[in-house]
Amino acid sequence: MSESPRVGLFATCLMNVFRPNIGFSAVALLERAGCKVSVPMSQTCCGQPAWSAGTDDAARALARQVIEQFEGFDYVVAASGSCIGTLRKYPEMFAEDADWGPRALALADKSHELLAFLDDVLHVEIDAAYAGRASYHDSCSGLRELGVKQQPRTLLGKVKGLSLLEMDDAEVCCGFGGSFCVKYPAISEKMVDDKIRSLAATGADTLLGGDLGCLMNIAGRLKRQGSRIRVLHTAEVLAGRAGGPAIGDEEPQ
Amino acid sequence: MSREQVLVSIRFALANAGICPPGLPAARPTQAIADPLARFIERATLHACSHERLASLAEVPARALAWLATRGEPGALSVAAPLVGLNWPADLRVDTGAASEATVAAVSLAFAGIAESGTLVMHSGPESPITHNFVPEFHVIVLHLEDLLPDQEAVWTKLRATGAMPRALNLIAGPSRTGDVEQTIQIGAHGPRAVHLLLVG
Amino acid sequence: MSTATGNFESRAALALKDASLQKALGNFKPLFVAKRASAVAELTDFEALRERAAQIKNAVLGELDIWLERYAEAVEAAGGKVHFAFDAEEAREIILRICREAGAKTICKGKSMVSEEIALNPALEAAGYEVVETDLGEYIIQLAQEPPSHIIAPAIHKTREQVADLFEAHHPGRPREDSVAGLVNEARHVLREKFFKADVGITGGNFLIAETGSSVIVTNEGNGDLSQTLARVHIVTSGIERVLPTLDDLSVFLRILARSATGQDTECYTTISTGPCRAGDPDGPQEYHVVLVDNGRSKMLGGKFRDMLRCIRCGACMNHCPVYSAVGGHAYGWVYPGPMGAILTPLFNGMAEHYDLPNACTLNGRCQSVCPVKIPLAELIRTLRSEQVKAGLMPARQRTLMAAWGWVARQPGLYHALERFGSRLLRARAGKAGRIASMPGAAAWTGIRDLPAPSGATFLEQWQQQRGGEQ
Repeated sequence: MSESPRVGLFATCLMNVFRPNIGFSAVALLERAGCKVSVPMSQTCCGQPAWSAGTDDAARALARQVIEQFEGFDYVVAASGSCIGTLRKYPEMFAEDADWGPRALALADKSHELLAFLDDVLHVEIDAAYAGRASYHDSCSGLRELGVKQQPRTLLGKVKGLSLLEMDDAEVCCGFGGSFCVKYPAISEKMVDDKIRSLAATGADTLLGGDLGCLMNIAGRLKRQGSRIRVLHTAEVLAGRAGGPAIGDEEPQ
Repeated sequence: MSREQVLVSIRFALANAGICPPGLPAARPTQAIADPLARFIERATLHACSHERLASLAEVPARALAWLATRGEPGALSVAAPLVGLNWPADLRVDTGAASEATVAAVSLAFAGIAESGTLVMHSGPESPITHNFVPEFHVIVLHLEDLLPDQEAVWTKLRATGAMPRALNLIAGPSRTGDVEQTIQIGAHGPRAVHLLLVG
Repeated sequence: MSTATGNFESRAALALKDASLQKALGNFKPLFVAKRASAVAELTDFEALRERAAQIKNAVLGELDIWLERYAEAVEAAGGKVHFAFDAEEAREIILRICREAGAKTICKGKSMVSEEIALNPALEAAGYEVVETDLGEYIIQLAQEPPSHIIAPAIHKTREQVADLFEAHHPGRPREDSVAGLVNEARHVLREKFFKADVGITGGNFLIAETGSSVIVTNEGNGDLSQTLARVHIVTSGIERVLPTLDDLSVFLRILARSATGQDTECYTTISTGPCRAGDPDGPQEYHVVLVDNGRSKMLGGKFRDMLRCIRCGACMNHCPVYSAVGGHAYGWVYPGPMGAILTPLFNGMAEHYDLPNACTLNGRCQSVCPVKIPLAELIRTLRSEQVKAGLMPARQRTLMAAWGWVARQPGLYHALERFGSRLLRARAGKAGRIASMPGAAAWTGIRDLPAPSGATFLEQWQQQRGGEQ
């Protein structure tokens, strides 16, 4: 391992379009920790929507693309548990492929969700402040596929001025589920409302998480209900880049 | 024959599935229990059994009848044959046969107790009708403390040593209960409404 | 074989509007989830038990024919009879024949999911038998003529008032009871008479033990025991996958079953039955039959869904499923609800007929994290989707959309151009609001929530500007 690890940032589709600040927060955190961050410009999607839908060949085609673009780095990092969860499934996708199987395995082994990477691998110190009472939602893929649970809490514990309030059922799905939320909106509504009830009961003024899909779902529902609760990706707070409008919030006048 | 059809279908499936999975790991996870009697009583109490300690079997009739008296008058009593020779009151009707719709109370002798789960092990046989375990409203179970075993595995070992598997083996953890109406636990479903343990020795 | 009308979506929509169901589902979570968590936490080796349970099942499934033959020999040595049923129809025929030969009139039943699966009750009733479900929850839904909505708590969707109404209608001459204690007591009295009258007792078999030829049931009510002990004939219905080699293996499963199902450390009654009553026995059935039901299981054994045959029907997956918690069991349209049903129902009854079931899942994986036999439920659900796609079952519109998106995602230039275009479009629509309240073509999202708008140019666009496309 060289002195400054070369990290390929996987710019997830939702982050790229909806919340670039998460990407820049990730870059800032990684660079502060001494990483050399690169962003391959030809990257697109990890293939998760295709794999989840059961269109396996389409998923594999995208996976091959990601493997080619990222296998040269020491690490692949994304600010999303579900996208990294997908990269970790590449070996399963290519289980019977003698050429791609080993390459998929090598890539999966060095792919990390940002928050876990910062804490488990880089052991970063955090120099940020956030005045607020925040609650953390454990996104399912990060939690169950990657074991992201304690790391974000450890990191947030180092943010000055931030108090962390645990909600009931922090580990229960928010009702996003990729295409689930648009295929079964009524069930998704019930699930996100349950989540919001648990959140509201904590008295938190901020909801944090590690996956933009879930955050957009929860923020979208909160804003529809007229809630003032701010929704942010954890990386934005850790990087000290949480001053602007939160997800779904209006620009200041 | 369907037996052949099912087995052939299984063999076909297994042949297609290839290699058999690896064998079982040797170690069986179990937790050591420091004080078996304390654990047994703690669990049995948790399962809503009441209990008392007796010095000898001779005390069984008096203690059983005293507990039953607090539950109303049993009238006739179903008693396991090995206990029928004890000093029951002369005017009490004691029955050793199968329980009937009229049976209100029974006094049984346990084959073993399991400390881990606070469970009583009852076995069927000419001297121990299984209906005594389920039909009565009130059930008194006598357990010799030398028959208290640490876990189920020890019960299986004891059973294997006796030779044949009894027709029925009932592991009982407290009075019957149900949570089927609004998930509210209600003691006294179809089996006994109360179970009292007489621990002898 | 489906017991319900409509499709998953329409049944789910009804369930979401059913106030008493929603109340019942709301009560249920703290009970099952919290109780399981503490029951599991008291074991320091629960994870090791799960692992061992899964390994025992895998080992048996890998030699299932051998273990079934050993089991059958042991049952016969104890004086019992074993019947193999290749499908549901044959299982029903076998059971009808046993009842006919026994000259039966009344049949008491303990809880058995296999008997639900093979639709046994309608067949028995059509043949003129009086069939009485004796598990209180099963009895309630039998009176209501509904399928179970949960495998452990079949009447979980019924409120106390609804149970009181049913009892009042079906128990003439008895005063109306309104308390839980009163209702349970009423059922005890009514069913007591049936237990003593029954000629045949039918139970399930949670486990079958090859070592001894025994069948094992676990209950809290004692109903299964009364059913099988008081009747002249005991019939066990069980899936072929339920066999375990030894009593020691059984102990592993007994430690995890109750904890996973109801959060108890053990159920009240665990009954191990071996053959009919013996010389000198004062009670017990004169005949003991085991009906081993295949009904598609041997086919599952050879395919991608073998792991599902480890299932011990504890219900932990549905207790922890957020979709089940939202819509309840009836939405799933057959006897197995929740994640378990999302896999079993399409496999047993057809992937096309039950297209929605594996799709109505967020793949959140909570089910598989609590499964006591470590079935990778979310992975199997995804595999089922893949099988549906291979079978050409994905709706044409979605297939076209996926194919188009997949193609574009392999053309980075075009993909990024579309992302930039989309970003601008959404920003323009949102203005300074930061979110979009409604949007043509996005109604499924904006119907219930706002769409947060992009906060600026895309990340890749900005990165290119700031760092000049540095690699």
